[in-house]
Amino acid sequence: MLDVRGLRKVYEGSGRRVEAVRDLTFTVGAGELVCLVGPSGCGKTTLLRCMGGLLTPTGGEVLLEGRKVTGPPPGTAFVFQEYGRSLFPWMRVAENVELPLKQKGLGKARRRELVTDALESVGLADAAGAYPWQLSGGMQQRVAIARALAYEPRVLLMDEPFAAVDAQTRADLEDLVRGLWRERGMTILFVTHDIDEAVYLGERVIVLSGSPTVVREQLTVDLPAERDQLHTRVAPRFAELRTHVYEQIQAAKRGIAPQDTPETQDALAKADAPPKRDALVKADVPGDPDVRTDPPPSR
Amino acid sequence: MRHLLLRLGYALALPAVLVAVWWLASDDSTDVYRPPLRTILETFPDVWTGDRLRSDVLPSVLRLTGGYALAAVAGIAVGTVIGSHRRVRAVCEPVLEFLRAVPPPVLVPVIMLFAGIGDTMKIVVIATGCVWPVLLNTVEGVRAVDPVMAETARSYGITGVARLRHLVLRSASPQIFAGLRQALSVGIILMVISEMFAASNGLGFTIVQFQRGFAIPDMWTGILVLGLLGFFLSVLFQLLERRVLGWYHGRRASTRRSP
Ligand SMILES: Nc1ncnc2c1ncn2[C@@H]1O[C@H](COP(=O)(O)OP(=O)(O)O)[C@@H](O)[C@H]1O
Ligand SMILES: [Mg+2]
Repeated sequence: MLDVRGLRKVYEGSGRRVEAVRDLTFTVGAGELVCLVGPSGCGKTTLLRCMGGLLTPTGGEVLLEGRKVTGPPPGTAFVFQEYGRSLFPWMRVAENVELPLKQKGLGKARRRELVTDALESVGLADAAGAYPWQLSGGMQQRVAIARALAYEPRVLLMDEPFAAVDAQTRADLEDLVRGLWRERGMTILFVTHDIDEAVYLGERVIVLSGSPTVVREQLTVDLPAERDQLHTRVAPRFAELRTHVYEQIQAAKRGIAPQDTPETQDALAKADAPPKRDALVKADVPGDPDVRTDPPPSR
Repeated sequence: MRHLLLRLGYALALPAVLVAVWWLASDDSTDVYRPPLRTILETFPDVWTGDRLRSDVLPSVLRLTGGYALAAVAGIAVGTVIGSHRRVRAVCEPVLEFLRAVPPPVLVPVIMLFAGIGDTMKIVVIATGCVWPVLLNTVEGVRAVDPVMAETARSYGITGVARLRHLVLRSASPQIFAGLRQALSVGIILMVISEMFAASNGLGFTIVQFQRGFAIPDMWTGILVLGLLGFFLSVLFQLLERRVLGWYHGRRASTRRSP
């Protein structure tokens, strides 16, 4: 469905040269929900913008259904981190959701149907006539999600969509995204710097290294499809997986090369050995305030 | 209802005081050039008859409307082009700064040379004066379009005319309106000045005529009419602005409440 091959992006300008992404290769299958996790500043947004056709890569390519992405593809919708700046403040909620559909050339009746349905899906049917700035942050991000849903995308790209909302809203929104994914069968690539969120949401987690950015590991999340905030997060398997991802990111920050064969189950077996885990957690690592590192049974 | 009355009270308080002061201070004036307000008001209905409104106020208002509309359309159009292209901006900016620095009334004799002394000249004078605030504010507004919104529009295929209509112009509209507001006062001034230079009718012309004929109270009534016209246009402008920029004022109020 989505193929990223040898992607590299170097920003150049005003004498500074930033290699945001060095060499990324991975695949997202049709109908998959994949979470991409990596430390802040490692090029996640850059990667997503390349995948959405908003940015031209310096090297490598992105293929959507076998075709090379050169501009924003029609079947792809984007949910930005900055929800407050992504909705048009001069339009009411329903108009915001409807605008891309108008552009798509859909008829009025069909547009209304899609808008109503999308707003209902995110629980905002009552807010159709409100302006975005009259809503809370979480509600605004719901509107942005509704806009993406109404667009009927085959691929949904989400860039740290819940980084700026409070914990309770965040939990609700996570469940919303999982629910929508199971209901609608879209392909979702969800970017986050929150390890718990990545493991809770994803069917698969792709761990990026710190810059120079490469794929450090890909990990299948073998939690049951039916997940809920209360039970999933205290399940032993959840703790194992998040600990493993956490270790990978910590190691990445210290520049240790990944294991020779980043075979998921293999690596996990090693991660299970208690002494090693302790050593890693206690190790003197420069703290990254953006990576949430609360102890496993956090909720 | 009470709220409305209170607001009306606030709005009218200061004008009432000023008129009262004028009235009292001028009541026993024997100076020919500063007649009592009472005399001016008594003269008013005699001077500003329906005929006169039609023959002098209407032409002025039409010229103002024409010049202002021309300036608004040209200013927004050219401003949008300059604001959206970095290269065009780099080329145009110095020239714009120079042209803006020329005081518009100076243009009247120049424009008379090639536009004659008819209505065209007056409309062109008003337009050339009004266009700068609109143009420069539009450039700033268009430049300041939020990059996240621009990217959102792009990712949803909102390009071309739709992008201009739903994103660029709407996002720049607070600045555009600030420019239009400045242009309105510039426009009224230029309307009067251009009519003082060479004209056979219009408010500016009439006021100068009265002054030359030593009809001093009549001249003062003309100035009152000008003031009222300016006030009326400003109220009209505010009504329009409240409609178009409702979202902007609402958002500002809501961010002030919760910083
Ligand atoms: N437009 C840009 N110009 C120059 N450097 C940029 C630009 N955008 C991002 N970068 C740099 O690229 C790196 C990756 O940024 P980003 O993709 O936003 O990371 P993330 O989303 O993972 O936090 C950062 O070092 C950032 O400073
Ligand atoms: Mg980012």
